[in-house]
Amino acid sequence: MYFESFSEFLAMGGHGKYVWIAYGLTAVIFALNLMTPMLKRKRLIAEQIRQLRREKLHASDS
Amino acid sequence: MWRWFHKLGSPKWFYAISGRWLPWFAVAALLLLSVGTVWALMFAPADYQQGNSFRIIYIHVPAAFLAQSGYVIMAVAGAVGLIWKMKLADVMAKCCAPIGASFTFLALVTGAIWGKPTWGAWWVWDARLTSMLVLLFLYLGVVALQSAFTDRNQAARASALLSLVGLVNIPIIKYSVEWWNTLHQPASLTLTEKPAMPAEMWVPLLIMVAGFYCFFSVVLLMRARVELLDRERRTGWVKDIISSGKS
Repeated sequence: MYFESFSEFLAMGGHGKYVWIAYGLTAVIFALNLMTPMLKRKRLIAEQIRQLRREKLHASDS
Repeated sequence: MWRWFHKLGSPKWFYAISGRWLPWFAVAALLLLSVGTVWALMFAPADYQQGNSFRIIYIHVPAAFLAQSGYVIMAVAGAVGLIWKMKLADVMAKCCAPIGASFTFLALVTGAIWGKPTWGAWWVWDARLTSMLVLLFLYLGVVALQSAFTDRNQAARASALLSLVGLVNIPIIKYSVEWWNTLHQPASLTLTEKPAMPAEMWVPLLIMVAGFYCFFSVVLLMRARVELLDRERRTGWVKDIISSGKS
């Protein structure tokens, strides 16, 4: 461990602001990259399930 | 080899195999990134000149690596799509663009945040920074082109051409720190020379780079799989997957 205490770790020798903003932004960008395909996938599958159901209904009508 | 190439072009086969690869990449990314981050923030020593702001290197350098590798992958996939009309390559090229753009943005912003305490300025118009900004615009251009056409093949062709032309920027970024006088420091990691940093500094950097590559693979595969489901929604295999609920 490089730091003596937790508060020293947070302070980063006076560079805390820079280090934590950089790491925080990285976390945000990683999360966005993960969430975009997940949400798109969920929406697409829900839409396709509805579509398939409609087609089935239509087929049984005629 | 050729059979494998043809198989790889089959969306159904790729969807199945990438589903098996995905968890491994995800586990590897999670492990490497957690070990790397803890090491980078808590155990690596501070730089004797830059102090603790030096720890930004552990995200800045991997992000910049990915920004450039992602671009090369996008351009190569685009070329494969152009030449062999391979649908899967078009999908890959399209999915690389937003991810690569986000990593380029990250490299630029972490660089600015690091530059402030180190150089005293958020931004300087030097060769490395400017060529990275051009890379971001190239990515955004590809993203815009991809959505500018209603016809998928036209979108793929236009984007592939733009990415191939923009490829000239990659060696410019790489050698910018040697060709021009810049504030930016030279490469931290090279294949041919021993790093100028001690091992307790560069080992976590290597781990972070590997973690970023694994993460890139994870999100690229995730995006490509959704894109494939969307494009192939009228085909039997996608309907099977959706109605079986095992997607």
